[in-house]
Amino acid sequence: MARVEVEVNGTRHELEGVEPRLLLVHFLRERLGLTGTHIGCDTSSCGACTVLLDGKSVKSCTMFAVQADGRAVTTIEGLGSSAELHPMQEAFWAQHGLQCGFCTTGMIMSAVDLLRRIPNPSEGEIRAGLEGNLCRCTGYENIVAAVRAAAAALAAMETPKTIGELVEVGGR
Amino acid sequence: MESDGSTFEREGDGMIPTTFNYFRPHSIEEALLLLRQGEAAKILAGGQSLIPMMKLRVAEPKTLIDLQGVPELAHVTWAGGHCTVGSLTSHATLAADADLRQKAGALWDAANGLGDPQVRNLGTIGGACAHADPSGDYPAVMLALDACFIVAGEKTREVAAAEFFKGTFETALGAGEILTKITFDAAPRSAYVKLEHAASHYALVGVAVVLVMSRDTIEDARIAITGLADVPFRASGVERSLRGVKGNNVAAIKSACAGAAAGQDVRGDIQASSAYRTAMADIVAARAVRVATDPR
Ligand SMILES: Cc1cc2nc3c(=O)[nH]c(=O)nc-3n(C[C@H](O)[C@H](O)[C@H](O)COP(=O)(O)OP(=O)(O)OC[C@H]3O[C@@H](n4cnc5c(N)ncnc54)[C@H](O)[C@@H]3O)c2cc1C
Ligand code: FES
Ligand code: FES
Repeated sequence: MARVEVEVNGTRHELEGVEPRLLLVHFLRERLGLTGTHIGCDTSSCGACTVLLDGKSVKSCTMFAVQADGRAVTTIEGLGSSAELHPMQEAFWAQHGLQCGFCTTGMIMSAVDLLRRIPNPSEGEIRAGLEGNLCRCTGYENIVAAVRAAAAALAAMETPKTIGELVEVGGR
Repeated sequence: MESDGSTFEREGDGMIPTTFNYFRPHSIEEALLLLRQGEAAKILAGGQSLIPMMKLRVAEPKTLIDLQGVPELAHVTWAGGHCTVGSLTSHATLAADADLRQKAGALWDAANGLGDPQVRNLGTIGGACAHADPSGDYPAVMLALDACFIVAGEKTREVAAAEFFKGTFETALGAGEILTKITFDAAPRSAYVKLEHAASHYALVGVAVVLVMSRDTIEDARIAITGLADVPFRASGVERSLRGVKGNNVAAIKSACAGAAAGQDVRGDIQASSAYRTAMADIVAARAVRVATDPR
């Protein structure tokens, strides 16, 4: 049994008795109750389980919780609140970037990582940036539109913030 | 399913690996000691091949030694025209390295085209080489770069790329050894192009090319191909035919690349038949040569 000390959405958690084989996604969903991170395939393919590890997108079904010891994890719950959505969440809503919503939380986390790397991506860069995320409903068109809209919204902000800064203010 | 009720209550047969002990050493020496002493011990780098295999219980290590506590294994260092890449360097780090694109475009191409962003953020070059997937991208690139693998163990040794890849998921690494670095000379005229499987992004055929050019003429070439055989191989016939060909002579490049898979026992599977892979090898090789003829 291991001890895991991890910052999740800005809050430090110290958990004893973590089995090393516990996957990060189960740690988040079952130990911390953060069920916004979904399990779509469990075979490292679909990206529904995507979270940010020190700001970079990773598939939490393909990582052990013990590997996150000493590091910072951001889940969809850390982005915004229902009162104040993160610009990426706002854009997915406004552009109808989802239907059933199952892929959406992972899709949004990947899109946030994409804008961290490329603040103003082309359509091709958006599609390549979301290559690790599968959606069986939307046909992707509106997802691409949502990421574009979010990039534009961020660029138009009065006090411009990088996507990274926005992630840090999340977790309200 | 073995389960400890207090900590792990999951219903059904989710994809849960068997139990293991986890260590995060802070030096290579400590990692080597754990590797020698631990029961059924394995190195954990990015986990992007090992963890899926553990979830399927294809791999059941009893001891996992996580290298992330040895961050000095992650670096890209140039000394003159010679590059050293630490084994723990992530695909994403290589893919974002503009300098690497100019100096060793083949490696940069492979890092950029590998898997998807999440896999690139965690996966490492050392892990991908040690894993030795017959459809992996880096093995072909390593062969074309004529790279050298620095291996730590009882003693440190160097293994040439041509000796490193032994078979499907099989390398020259011994059980108690750790791949620490990979070195190669700058290859400013180089490229890696693959025809990828749409879902997994693995290469159906991947071709790495390193050219030596004088003005616009190809003087020498190293061509290595992945995805076709158990191990990547050099297409020596194509290498010979390319000598003296002008970089802008597309027709001559195409004809030099004909028969790229000659003499190989080309794999056929549900993703692509042997005949298709064989035919595509020529086309992908020609594309890769054309990319490599121009500065990146
Ligand atoms: C969805 C998906 C798509 C992918 N697509 C591609 C692709 O298109 N092309 C491609 O080439 N690969 C692809 N991969 C595999 C990816 O490149 C892995 O990152 C890589 O194969 C393993 O590297 P890792 O750092 O994750 O190693 P791990 O999974 O941690 O380890 C893999 C193996 O190498 C051993 N090992 C690791 N590091 C060392 C070391 N330093 N010394 C000795 N042994 C070591 C481990 O013990 C283990 O046996 C994909 C993976 C996934 C999940
Ligand atoms: S659940 Fe992790 S990639 Fe599908
Ligand atoms: S909205 Fe249903 S899977 Fe994407």
